[in-house]
Amino acid sequence: MTKQKLVIIGNGMAPGRMLEHLFDLAPDAFDVTIFNAEPRVNYDRIMLSPVLSGEKSFDDIVIHDDAWYAARNIALHKGHKVVAIDRDARTVTSAGGITAAYDKLVVATGSNPFIIPVPGHTLPGVLAYRDLDDVEGMTRAAAAGGRAVVIGGGLLGLEAAAGLKAQGMDVTVLHLMPTLMERQLDPAAGYLLQKELESRGIEVICGANTKAIHGQEKVEQVELEDGTLIDASLVVMAVGIRPNTQLARDAGLEVQRGIVTDSAMRTSDPDIFSVGECVEVDCRVYGLVAPLYQMAKVAATHLAGASDAAFAHAETPTKLKVTGVNLYSVGEFGDGPGFEDIVLRDANRGTYKRIILKNNKVIGTVLYGDVADGTWYNEFLKSGEDVSALRDTLIFGQARQGTGAADPLAAIANLSDDAEICGCNGICKGTIVNAIRDKGLSTLAEVRAHTKASASCGTCTGLVEGVMALTLGDQFAKKAEGMCGCTDLGHGDVRRLIVAKGLKSIPAVMQELEWKTSGGCAKCRPALNYYLLSDWPGEYRDDQQSRFINERVHANIQKDGTYSVVPRMWGGMTSSDELRAIANVVDKFNIPDVKVTGGQRIDLLGVRKEDLPAVWEDLNKAGMVSGHAYAKGLRTVKTCVGSTWCRFGTQDSTGLGIKLEKFLWGSWTPAKVKLAVTGCPRNCAEATCKDIGVICVDSGYQIVYGGAAGLHIQGTTELGTVKTEEEVIEIAGAVTQMYREQGFYLERIYKWAERVGYDTVKAAILDDLDSRRAYYERFVHSQKFSQSDPWSERVSGVDKHEFKPLAVFGDAPATATTVTEPAE
Amino acid sequence: MNAISRDTAIDWRHVGTIDDIPAQGARCVTNGAMTIAVFRTADDRVFALEDKCPHRNGPLSQGIVHDGCVTCPLHNWVISLETGAAQGADEGRTASFPIRLDGRDIYLNLTA
Ligand code: SRM
Ligand SMILES: Cc1cc2nc3c(=O)[nH]c(=O)nc-3n(C[C@H](O)[C@H](O)[C@H](O)COP(=O)(O)OP(=O)(O)OC[C@H]3O[C@@H](n4cnc5c(N)ncnc54)[C@H](O)[C@@H]3O)c2cc1C
Ligand code: SF4
Ligand code: FES
Repeated sequence: MTKQKLVIIGNGMAPGRMLEHLFDLAPDAFDVTIFNAEPRVNYDRIMLSPVLSGEKSFDDIVIHDDAWYAARNIALHKGHKVVAIDRDARTVTSAGGITAAYDKLVVATGSNPFIIPVPGHTLPGVLAYRDLDDVEGMTRAAAAGGRAVVIGGGLLGLEAAAGLKAQGMDVTVLHLMPTLMERQLDPAAGYLLQKELESRGIEVICGANTKAIHGQEKVEQVELEDGTLIDASLVVMAVGIRPNTQLARDAGLEVQRGIVTDSAMRTSDPDIFSVGECVEVDCRVYGLVAPLYQMAKVAATHLAGASDAAFAHAETPTKLKVTGVNLYSVGEFGDGPGFEDIVLRDANRGTYKRIILKNNKVIGTVLYGDVADGTWYNEFLKSGEDVSALRDTLIFGQARQGTGAADPLAAIANLSDDAEICGCNGICKGTIVNAIRDKGLSTLAEVRAHTKASASCGTCTGLVEGVMALTLGDQFAKKAEGMCGCTDLGHGDVRRLIVAKGLKSIPAVMQELEWKTSGGCAKCRPALNYYLLSDWPGEYRDDQQSRFINERVHANIQKDGTYSVVPRMWGGMTSSDELRAIANVVDKFNIPDVKVTGGQRIDLLGVRKEDLPAVWEDLNKAGMVSGHAYAKGLRTVKTCVGSTWCRFGTQDSTGLGIKLEKFLWGSWTPAKVKLAVTGCPRNCAEATCKDIGVICVDSGYQIVYGGAAGLHIQGTTELGTVKTEEEVIEIAGAVTQMYREQGFYLERIYKWAERVGYDTVKAAILDDLDSRRAYYERFVHSQKFSQSDPWSERVSGVDKHEFKPLAVFGDAPATATTVTEPAE
Repeated sequence: MNAISRDTAIDWRHVGTIDDIPAQGARCVTNGAMTIAVFRTADDRVFALEDKCPHRNGPLSQGIVHDGCVTCPLHNWVISLETGAAQGADEGRTASFPIRLDGRDIYLNLTA
């Protein structure tokens, strides 16, 4: 049998899903050609908001990668917009001049964002919110800072606002109507939502009518009808979408609001189907994926052979994908004849629940704050069941029925088999249970791959995991282990959420991420303190009480309770003045031991805690500062003598080492960082086992990283070779910053690089100059707040209480705080 | 010179105010040869323990204070501030001293 030719115009979420069904049903029926105006593969458009806020990367949201198309022999023309359909010749032609013949055609052109045609709407800096280009435009604008004005307080506008806020912009939302998301929320829930956004620093102006956008070269201000002027370096319009029907109209297909199809998704031409947001079926157009996926399934079934599958309207629940904001609405919520309300408010917890009944049946619900029962109410809505018997307790949710146990698993266990778990994909509990049993699935990723449950917007992930736990029992290995007993979240989740939710203090992290202990423990507190310090330079105030003693008093505690003091010797160089000062403090304070460390400097061992400030004062006077021998931060930069003296030296390795140490010192990092610069490949400074090493060669500098020689011996991996010292310094700063932003607490560079991939690091730091520059600049910025000598700060009085007893009774012995052998 | 009767009010020695100790931190009081660590928790309770870990005499005053416990800075034993007992699998107990808060003033009973 010769294959038929199937051509698809548009490569969005709807046709992507249609192809999956089609290849399941009839893998060999068609040769497929796809034209897509966007220059990329099919991705999860819904998840653009997490990409904008930085919670996900584009790679995370790709649905079908290039390999997927290749495996199915699909010709995908990326960046090719179809400009004409010739129905007589049965061909389509793209702007790039490619013509393809079809037996069956699917039009899936989606929709276009609506741009309000106010004066100034074409200025650079005015964006819509529809595709990856828009997200990249917003990210670029955010990097430059300033205020973003988002026009439109609906789902898209609010997700954009939260994302831009997360990217560090000031944000104002302008909304024409009196309350936010008025098409999905009643005024009470809209009010709670507005309060929540305002508490995150997003300004919301309702009843705001945009009159004009002003600016010379680019956007500068937005003017409202009442004359108010708002400064803006970015304007995002998210005021609605229009089905993209021009092409179909030009081809003579029947078009009303959208491309008109019958319930089999056939247009007025029986060989042409249409799916997605461009469609009008039964007088309705859609803007959420659940109905589009249903269209996709119906169209695939008809393409695969004769069928009586038909598209049928169903209410789709709305959720807002702003991390930390929980809202759910479905069905009717206005006032109407015979409508009855059941309402539950808890002002303290900021929750609001409302169920709308008519003739004792659920016809809608609006939930804010506590949305756990959304699925359950939606079940009643769909089944049309009489709820009179449950009426008194309905509002308290499913867990409060019968048993009264508030166990979330019990609530899931009580759901019927046809309860919908995943709204986007229309997947019921029974479907998931059967797939787990029949196909032996055991991980969330497998369940997603086989059933699609939680594979789109992801808000139902918890429910899906609940179903898995019930079906698999003990076999269900839950998520990665938490960072300590205080939380189930791993380091990666915690780091991501700190940034995404803008959490700026340890109590805020513990509250928002639902720590299980009241005040954390000795494992998580230092980690959180580091993450906050690294993510909010200049803003976060270091929490001394969450630091290990060494970092709190800037010296290393010893087995007997005394401390050791290691001053910096830049690049391992010292002088007679420094040595004399060291000799003097040793004598003056009776310091028992002086040792040369493995890091090319001198350690003074056995200093009493109360003497530390005085010892530092004397060292400071001789120009010496803390060597951070105690820090999760830069320790030493070892060097060899290099070209200054050595007969083999190719470059000034000592000089470069000193420059690197002066540039990097003071920065806090996930674990200690050690560098070395060696003058030739003989490697006397041992650069090939350091976190970052530089090997000087005749033609320049070879940079290596990811070495260690402690508990684990690990040779370095090459990053690349550069010509100048400036490049070495820029790369060292950039790679340190990337590590600072991504590393888990106590994870050395080699472990971090192994986890994220040495290639990823190289691509971001060596190959991509813009990205290198951006990391470097963030490092330089954060150094502004960390390069002050902690010793001289304490000499001048900081943390005085640390070094003095609270009270002294009796005759205090000379070694008051020194630990001696057990007294008895 | 510290012969103080157990039953008189003089037992209680004023050692400072709660504001002298950082929340989730500790300060030391020395009494002759002994050092006593005075802890302040996040919710402003105070406790006093001998500044000596039951493991190898580590200075508990230098540890991280959390949830009614302190983690010793030397080898991470976790000691209860209330009882001085090592938590979890570790065994041992540090001497604890009666302490009370009167307004913001801290009084320590050194004779216990
Ligand atoms: C002083 C010194 C030993 C010496 O007398 O030479 C030293 C002393 C300590 N090292 Fe080290 N290390 C010293 C050089 C090294 C080196 C050699 C080097 O840097 O070239 C290494 C191997 C290289 C490496 O790090 O990959 C080294 C690998 C370690 C490790 C294992 C780290 C790892 O990730 O595998 C630890 C344990 C840890 O950090 O958890 C450690 C931990 C320690 C601690 C901090 C133990 C502790 O937690 O108390 C010791 C503190 C003593 C103190 O109070 O000063 N020390 N330590 C050296 C100080 C260097 C400096 O000037 O800052
Ligand atoms: C930021 C954001 C968040 C969203 N959140 C949610 C959510 O939480 N829940 C939900 O259900 N829905 C959400 N949506 C809506 C959902 O993404 C859309 O309903 C869905 O992606 C539409 O799919 P589609 O295939 O119809 O069209 P699209 O995905 O828009 O794809 C159409 C494609 O066709 C291409 N095209 C157009 N014309 C031509 C031509 N002439 N030639 C070639 N190619 C052409 C376009 O470039 C485009 O790539 C969100 C949308 C956005 C933008
Ligand atoms: S090797 Fe390092 S950690 Fe071990 S005893 Fe020597 S100094 Fe201490
Ligand atoms: S001395 Fe306290 S844990 Fe070892």
